[in-house]
Amino acid sequence: MSPSKEITARGLAAEVRSGVRSARSVLEEHLSVIDASEKEIHAFNLVLIEDARAAADVVDAQVAAGDDPGPLAGVPVALKDNICTRGVPTTCSSRILEGWRPPYNATVVDRLVAAGAVVVGKTNLDEFGMGSSTENSAFGVTRNPLDLRKVPGGSSGGSAAAVAAGFTPLALGSDTGGSIRQPAALCGVVGVKPTYGVVSRYGLVAFASSLDQIGPISRTVADSALMLEVIGGHDRRDSTSIPVPAPDLTSVLDRGVEGLRIGIIEELSGDGLEGIAVDVKARLGEAAAALEAAGATVAATSVPSTVYGLSAYYVVAPAEASSNLARYDGVRFGLRIDAPNAGDMNIATRTAGFGDEVKRRIMLGTYALSAGYYDAYYGKSQKVRTLIMNDFARAYEEFDILLSPTAPTTAFPIGEKTSDPMAMYLNDVCTISSNLAGHPSMSVPFGLGNDGMPIGIQVLAPATDEVTMFRVAAVLESTAPAGHPAIGGVA
Amino acid sequence: MSTNATTEIVPGWETVIGLEVHAELATATKLFSGAPNRFGGEPNTNIDPVSLGLPGSLPVLNEKAVELAIRVGLALHCRVQRSVFSRKNYFYPDMPKDFQISQYDLPINGEGWLELADGRRVGIERAHLEEDTGKSTHVGGGGRIHEADYSLVDYNRAGVPLIEIVGAPDLRSPEDARAYVSELRSILVAIGASDGKMEEGSMRVDCNVSVRALGETELGTRCEIKNINSLRSLGRAIVYEARRQVDLVTSGGRVEQQTRHWDEAEGSTHKLRSKEEAYDYRYFPEPDLVPVEPSDEWIESIRAALPMLPRERRRRLADEAKIETAAAALTVERGMDDLAVEAIGLGADPVRVLVHLENNLADGIGSLSAGPFAALIAMEVDGNLTSTQTKTVLAVLVADGGNPAEVATELGFEAMEAEELEVIVDSLIAEHPQDWLAFTSGDDKERKKKAGFFVGQIMKVTGGQADGRAVNELLARRADA
Repeated sequence: MSPSKEITARGLAAEVRSGVRSARSVLEEHLSVIDASEKEIHAFNLVLIEDARAAADVVDAQVAAGDDPGPLAGVPVALKDNICTRGVPTTCSSRILEGWRPPYNATVVDRLVAAGAVVVGKTNLDEFGMGSSTENSAFGVTRNPLDLRKVPGGSSGGSAAAVAAGFTPLALGSDTGGSIRQPAALCGVVGVKPTYGVVSRYGLVAFASSLDQIGPISRTVADSALMLEVIGGHDRRDSTSIPVPAPDLTSVLDRGVEGLRIGIIEELSGDGLEGIAVDVKARLGEAAAALEAAGATVAATSVPSTVYGLSAYYVVAPAEASSNLARYDGVRFGLRIDAPNAGDMNIATRTAGFGDEVKRRIMLGTYALSAGYYDAYYGKSQKVRTLIMNDFARAYEEFDILLSPTAPTTAFPIGEKTSDPMAMYLNDVCTISSNLAGHPSMSVPFGLGNDGMPIGIQVLAPATDEVTMFRVAAVLESTAPAGHPAIGGVA
Repeated sequence: MSTNATTEIVPGWETVIGLEVHAELATATKLFSGAPNRFGGEPNTNIDPVSLGLPGSLPVLNEKAVELAIRVGLALHCRVQRSVFSRKNYFYPDMPKDFQISQYDLPINGEGWLELADGRRVGIERAHLEEDTGKSTHVGGGGRIHEADYSLVDYNRAGVPLIEIVGAPDLRSPEDARAYVSELRSILVAIGASDGKMEEGSMRVDCNVSVRALGETELGTRCEIKNINSLRSLGRAIVYEARRQVDLVTSGGRVEQQTRHWDEAEGSTHKLRSKEEAYDYRYFPEPDLVPVEPSDEWIESIRAALPMLPRERRRRLADEAKIETAAAALTVERGMDDLAVEAIGLGADPVRVLVHLENNLADGIGSLSAGPFAALIAMEVDGNLTSTQTKTVLAVLVADGGNPAEVATELGFEAMEAEELEVIVDSLIAEHPQDWLAFTSGDDKERKKKAGFFVGQIMKVTGGQADGRAVNELLARRADA
C-alpha cells in the first residue's frame, strides 16, 4: 500500500488520455480495493460493477479511436445517493424511495460522464442529507476508514469515506449546512461547497432548496478544482444556476497567497464558541501562521451574526424540507403502504418510509411555516440570513478570505450523539453560515488531532470567488503538517 | 362598479358577487417544463419529470406564459409588477409535488378593471400565474375520494399554466356575473391568452356570494361556490345560494363562511368545508425560482402588440354607426365589427348593416366581404331589391362570395318598374272587389288584414319581386283616390 494521495484524478486521467493505462485497468484496481474493505466501511449503497466496466470500456474505445474522452478520462467517481442516475436506484438512504429508478441523470452526472469519468457507485448518506454522521441511514452506518469505531461525518459520509478509503479518487457530495465539508474534515480529505448557483441542482433530490449545493470531494485540492471545472457552469434546467461558465481553477493553484488579506472568524474559532477542541484551535493557529509565512496578512475578525446561523438554519432548512418531502406520498413512486383511502395511505406510507430525524425535521418545518408562526420563525430566520450576508459583506471589505475550523472536533465515536439531536446539530456550527449566505467554502486537511484523527481548516470566500479560495487551499495543503495517517489506497 | 343595477333575487335583499376565474393560458408547453400543454390525449402522456414532481426535477419558468399573463394584465388595466412565486402546500393525489406553485403576496398583475358591454366597470383585484393540477377520477363510493374503491389520476393537466383573475365584489345579479364572465372570455380570446372554453375546463369560475339587506353598506359573510361549469350553472348557483343565505338570516340564523360545492343535477349547493376547516397552506417563497422582473421595454412592447379589445371595438362601431355602445355589443361579440365598420366606411347604411349582421348572419359571415356587402345594402336602400331578395343574395354572398348585382341578375331579381306594379295592383283590385271594399272601409284591424291579403297576392303574382313597401304605398294611394 502506498499513500493514496499519490493516486490523483489528474494523474489517472493524464495516463488514460495518453494511452499509458487503460480505463479498465484503473477501474479494476479500484474495484479490488472496494472489494477488500467495503464490507467493514460500508461507503456504498450500491456498487455498479458491470455498468462501470462498460463505461470504462467506452473510454478505452475512444482512446483507441484517437478521440479524447475528456479531462476525467477513466477516473472512477462515486456519487452521493441523492444524485439522480438514469435507470439506477437513487435512494437518499431512505425506505420511502424503495424501488424508484429515476428516468434521467442529474446534470452533474451527464457532465462527469461527458468528461470521461466512470461512475462506480452510489454512496451512503444521512437520510435525505439530514444528519452529520451518516448514522441516520435506512441502510446502516458508514464507518470512518481511519478508525472504524468512528463516524465519517455527514451527511455525505459515504462519499468522504469512499475517497478516504481509496475506493475512488473523486466523489460528489451535497452540502446544505456542511454536509460536504464536515465529513471531508473528519475523513481527512478535501471537500468543496461552491457558491450557490455555480453547480446545477437539477437531479439533486432536494433537502432545502435555497441551501443545497453539489460539490467535489477528493484527496487533493487540485482534484477538487478539476472536478468543479467539469461539473460547474450554467445549466438552464436550474433557474437558480448562475449564468456564467465554470471558473478556471486548475491554472491558479500555484499562484500562492502573497498579499492576500486573511481573517480568522472569532465567533467560529475563538474562546467564545463552546465545544471547539483545543487541538482544533491549535491547528487553526498553525494554518494561520503558515499562510502568513507564505506572504498573506492574517488577522482576527468578527462576523457577529454567525452565532445566530445555527438557529436560523434549523428553521429555514426544515421549513423547505417539509415542503420538498411532501411529494413522498405513495401515489406516484417509491414506497406505498396500502390503506382504505388515499389520506390514510399517505400517512401509512410516510410513517413507515421516513426515519426519525426526517420526521423530526418535517414537523419542525411544518410548525415554522404555520399560520400565526410564519413571521416569528421563517420570517425572522430570513432576516438573520440577510444579517449574515451583510456581516460577511462588511468582513470582505477588509479581507479577501476568511478562515475557521471546519468542525469543532475530530470524528466522534459511532453512537455517541445519536440520542442528542442538539449535540449533533452543533457539529455544523462552523459550516452553516456559508450556506445561509450562499458563499463558497471548502475544507482542507491540516494535521491531526490528539487522537490521531484528521482536522480540517475551512476556507471561506465571497460569492463566486472560488479562484482565491482554491489558491489559499493549495497553500494550506502544501504546508500541512506531516503525519497524515496511512490511508488505504491503490497499490 | 360605477353604477349599480340591482336585481333583487329576494325582494329587499341585495346579492353581492365576486368571481375568481381560472383560465388556462394558450402556451405550447407547461408553465415550468417542456411537456406539451394540450387538451385531451391518453391519460399520462403529456408528462415529464417536472410534471410528475419526480425527485430532483426543478421548475423552469415558461417565458411565453409570462408574456400571456402580462397581456391579460394590460388588457385588464392592471399594474404589471415584479412578482414572486410561492408554494401553496397541501396534500392531494392529483397534485404531483403536494404543493402548488402559485403567486401569493406578490402577483404579476395588481389592481385593474374590466368594462362590461353596457359601460359599467368591475374592479379586478389581481391576476396571477399558477400551475394547474392533474385530474382525479374516484371510482365507486359516489365519486368522492374518501369513499372511493380506487382513484385514478391523469397528470396531463398538471403544470398547465393558469391565470387566476380575482374580481372585486362589484357584481349584483346573475346577469351581471354572466356578463362579466362573457366579457372576460372575449378579452382572453381577443388577446390570444386563452381559448376560454368552459366546457373543456380551460376556463373555470369560482363564485363568492353574500347577501345583505338593501341599503346596508357592510358586506355580509360570503360563501365560495366551486364546480361551476357553465354560464347557465353560474346564474343558477347564484340564485340558489342567495336564497339559501337570505332564508338562513331571516329565520334567525347566520351565514357561516364556507366553501360550497355546486351540484348541477340537484340544482343546489352543499358544504365542502367551513372556514375553521380551511387548509393552512403554509405559503412561502418558492426557492427553486427567482423573482419575475419584466423590463419596462418588454411590457411596453407587449402593450404595443395588443390587438383591439372588445371595449374598443364597441366604441369604434358605436361611433361609426352613431349608436349606443351597448347596441354594438352583439356584433362585436360575434367578431363581425370589422366588416360592419368597413361597410359603413364604404357608405353602407349603418342601420341596415347591423340589422343584417344581427338577424341574418348569426351563423357567420363566410365569404362575405365589405365591398359587396356595402353594394348590396345600397341596392336594397335604393329599392332595387326587396328585403327578401336582399336576404337571398346575402346568403349567396356568404356561401360563395361574388358581386351582388350579378347574383341578383342570375337569380332573376329585377327591380319592378312602378308602372308595371300599378297594372298588377289595379287588376288585383278588380278581381277582388269584396276584399277591396273591406280594405277601404274597414276599421284599422280589418284594413291591416286586407293589406296583408293584397301584398300576399301581389307577391304570389310577381314571384316575390315586388317591393313590399312600394305595394303598401300604392294600396294607400288607390284607397285615398
